[in-house]
Amino acid sequence: MIIRPPTDILPSEITDQPLYSKRREFLQFSAATGLATLAGGILAPREAHALSKLSVAKKAMATADDPLTPLRDVTSYNNFYEFGTDKGDPAAYAATLKTRPWTVTVEGEVKRPKVYDIDELLKLAPLEERIYRLRCVEGWSMVIPWIGYSLSELIKRVEPTGKAKFVEFTTLQAPDQMPGQKSAVLNWPYVEGLRLDEAMHPLALLGVGLYGEVLPNQNGAPVRIVVPWKYGFKSAKSIVKIRFVEKEPLTAWNRAAPSEYGFYSNVNPDVDHPRWSQAKERRIGEFGKRKTLPFNGYADQVAQLYSGMDLKKSF
Amino acid sequence: MARFAKLKTLDSKQLGRLKVTAFAAATLPFLLLALRGWNSWRGQPFNLGANPIEFITRDLGESTLIFLMVTLAVTPLRRLAGWQWLIKLRRMLGLFAFFYASLHFVTYIWLDQFFDLQDIVKDVIKRPFITVGFLAFLCLLPLALTSTNAMVKRLGGKRWQALHRLVYGIAMLGVVHYWWLVKRDIREPLLYAGILALLLGMRIYWTVQKRKQATGASASAIAQRM
Repeated sequence: MIIRPPTDILPSEITDQPLYSKRREFLQFSAATGLATLAGGILAPREAHALSKLSVAKKAMATADDPLTPLRDVTSYNNFYEFGTDKGDPAAYAATLKTRPWTVTVEGEVKRPKVYDIDELLKLAPLEERIYRLRCVEGWSMVIPWIGYSLSELIKRVEPTGKAKFVEFTTLQAPDQMPGQKSAVLNWPYVEGLRLDEAMHPLALLGVGLYGEVLPNQNGAPVRIVVPWKYGFKSAKSIVKIRFVEKEPLTAWNRAAPSEYGFYSNVNPDVDHPRWSQAKERRIGEFGKRKTLPFNGYADQVAQLYSGMDLKKSF
Repeated sequence: MARFAKLKTLDSKQLGRLKVTAFAAATLPFLLLALRGWNSWRGQPFNLGANPIEFITRDLGESTLIFLMVTLAVTPLRRLAGWQWLIKLRRMLGLFAFFYASLHFVTYIWLDQFFDLQDIVKDVIKRPFITVGFLAFLCLLPLALTSTNAMVKRLGGKRWQALHRLVYGIAMLGVVHYWWLVKRDIREPLLYAGILALLLGMRIYWTVQKRKQATGASASAIAQRM
């Protein structure tokens, strides 16, 4: 297993400097004028939060050498159908999502089922920064500096039983907070899943932040999964339940269109989506297209998980 | 309604003004897109977003569909509202549909695929949604080319009309093209499909009525002779 040596990038260096300082200015200004409590909640809910800046124990594990996608694009171009199907909808409507109080129920085939409070979950293991490529099934990609820790940290603590073969992730269902759930574009709540060995892989991340700060609502606050070698929709956002099961879970997109979205959905330039090619991708911020890499460039680390499998059949 | 009723017959001055207004309105989607492009360039809001090429392609495609629908609405509106003057705008509206379709096509060939001919050919053959879009564009070409008065004369009214009935098929292909592209949320393609069904449905209804009347008339003529 090859993990490239960490680089010396600090989260503070990563955040778009002008944006970063603008936010600081805003906070200072609103604090000085006593507007913090008033405006903080309305204008800058994440800045108002006590945990906005995450302290990261480990420096970046860079698995992508390419330049980072600007924070502006990472937070304004999202597929998060709970807030609408347009890419701009999550940024426009996710402010209604309440990320406190928040619990994540871990249950099913485990010896130690538990309801985790989000603040406990944030302290469960040292937070690390991981720079991952994100490849959307639609043919575009980004490079994002996530904050979080390996999902395996949590899994080890709850001790899966011998029967646990898969892990199922469920997103919050609350149409009053997630207006997109008022229309039946998908079966709500959103359900995703991984095989247990995939979930235990060190690259599989329990994400709680990006660009050095807590996750913006539109990116799946307060806690999400990040599986960099699979298409983006496999990484469930705003999760409230993690369930260990014996049988392959019926996941949201697989259920919606089984011929187009398989359970595995590993990034694979050789397996086209029935309606478009997956051979190339457009990196957000770039003009031309680049070639899509098998397992999104993480083949060295993850290909062995699928040895002996026909990836054209198990797409 | 009263004001429009007056417009049923227009003098050449009124017609000129109407055409200029319609032309200006029809270029608006293009100008707005250009403004977004400019704003993207200088980092201002109201821009093309994180994925400009996708935005441009979608926007031009949607403008094409809108102008196809508007062009197809001319005949029903003339009939229902009595706005005969609308016919004077139909060619311009149809050509604007072609204008937006051409830009949409060029965006795909140039910005999206960057003239990678091998990939384009593969796409057109392999991807049904691109196949129907491409086919629709091909069918639009002869209509645009025969849009001049000289061509109408050369072809003869009947043949010209028969050729231009292709537009019904083109609009259907356009809607299918959009439908097949969408990942899951088909509400917008469905809206276009609904509008198109209405516009074509009215034509079918009227044709059937006309036939009935014709057979009715000939039946009564026969009855009279007997």
